[in-house]
Amino acid sequence: MISQDVIAIIITTLQVSGTALLISILVGVSLGVFVALHEFPARKLVIGVINTGMGLPPVVVGLLVLLFLWRGGPLGFFNLIYTPAAMIIAQVILATPIIAGLTLAAIQSVPQKYKWQAEALGAQGWQKAWLLIRETRLSLFAAVMAGFGGIISEVGAVMMVGGNIKGQTRVMTTAIVLESQRGEIELAVLLGLLLLALSFSVNLGLTLIQQRARQV
Amino acid sequence: MRKQFQVFLRLGLLFLLIALTINPLWAVRSIILATTTSTVDSGLLDALIPPFEKQTGIKVKVIGVGSGMALEMGRRGEADILLVHSPKDEEKFMAEGNGTSRRAVMHNDFVLLGPSNDPASAAASKSIGEAFKKIAAAGSLFVSRGDKSGTHAKELSLWPDADAIISNQCYIETGQGMGATLLIADQKNAYTLADRATYLSFKNRIKLVILREGDKPLLNPYHMIEVNPKRHPKVKADGAKRFADFISSPAAKKLIANFGKERFGGPIFILDYD
Repeated sequence: MISQDVIAIIITTLQVSGTALLISILVGVSLGVFVALHEFPARKLVIGVINTGMGLPPVVVGLLVLLFLWRGGPLGFFNLIYTPAAMIIAQVILATPIIAGLTLAAIQSVPQKYKWQAEALGAQGWQKAWLLIRETRLSLFAAVMAGFGGIISEVGAVMMVGGNIKGQTRVMTTAIVLESQRGEIELAVLLGLLLLALSFSVNLGLTLIQQRARQV
Repeated sequence: MRKQFQVFLRLGLLFLLIALTINPLWAVRSIILATTTSTVDSGLLDALIPPFEKQTGIKVKVIGVGSGMALEMGRRGEADILLVHSPKDEEKFMAEGNGTSRRAVMHNDFVLLGPSNDPASAAASKSIGEAFKKIAAAGSLFVSRGDKSGTHAKELSLWPDADAIISNQCYIETGQGMGATLLIADQKNAYTLADRATYLSFKNRIKLVILREGDKPLLNPYHMIEVNPKRHPKVKADGAKRFADFISSPAAKKLIANFGKERFGGPIFILDYD
């Protein structure tokens, strides 16, 4: 029932969304912590942009990435259009603001007293940031899960910039669209169930780490 | 916790490294084929492309979009070769100097579908044009792709007065592919125009029946167009030509002529070479 093609689709999905999620975590958490702990001009504007970014319409992101990466586009010389890399770029743009916004909110919700205490104990810069990340780890895991949920279920952007090419850029969501257009409803449903199972196991894994962190 | 984080970070860097090293592999010699959703959905290209890739080592990136978008991609040099079915737009495309060659490849055909009780009595018409006239006159529900695809262009050409009908209440535009449009038409018990391959894939799931078929205007010719590299230097004319030549080869002809016997119970595409 689960053919070679389906396995290839699952692997591509994991590669694309896994890479995108890791990049989004690195960029999103750093950005969130930085904005939360620093005063700079236009800070409120930056926060407003991040919060807007949490609700970016995927098809708009897809269209913009497409126009930039097309051969005739400003970044066309990288030859990235219709590759997994293009899909990763689109997913990073979608997930990073979600993770950054939730990180920002989490760090800002730490009582000022705790921050002073950290400083009084001599924690500065990186150390302080690290202490706060540890303090808010439960919320940060939730941020990561929200980011993951945003990209694993996304179809519009990856369809546009990946092209849904068999064996190269076909992921679970785009395959579901294709198979339901083809009238292969059973296969579409099977892929849908597998996608749900995949999403559930990743989130379960993250939840287990998160809840273990709670007891530490 | 700190250790966990470090492990996490290292894993992340490892992933990044893998992603970056795989990247050049994605850039192996490849051409972009912009084509219609109907050829992708039917599965024809899944049968044609592996032998070509094996023979030449050139990867083909198949992008399934509407004919309108496929031609636009050609116009912008975003595709190397096109396989499309929108003759009037294709002629305009060639006249503007966007393509170097246009070859007839094959045709399939459209069928007019509708509820079996046929409220507009479209089946009992002298021509397909009269059938559409009757549907318009009866004010029966009609579901259109509305997506600038070849099928959509064909449908618009069949109405006696297309401008009048699209502003009509009984005309529904889905803006989606053929499969989705068929299902919507079926749920609404409406008339629709579909390509035969998609109809056959959905035949067992829908109640709509074929009311007209075989009329000459319902034939749906596909042409292969090589995009003009003089306009856009990045267009891979060499790979495109090799693909076009492959499609004209006896081996590919045989594949096309036999395609669909297994899945649809009969051939879907009829050869049409110049």
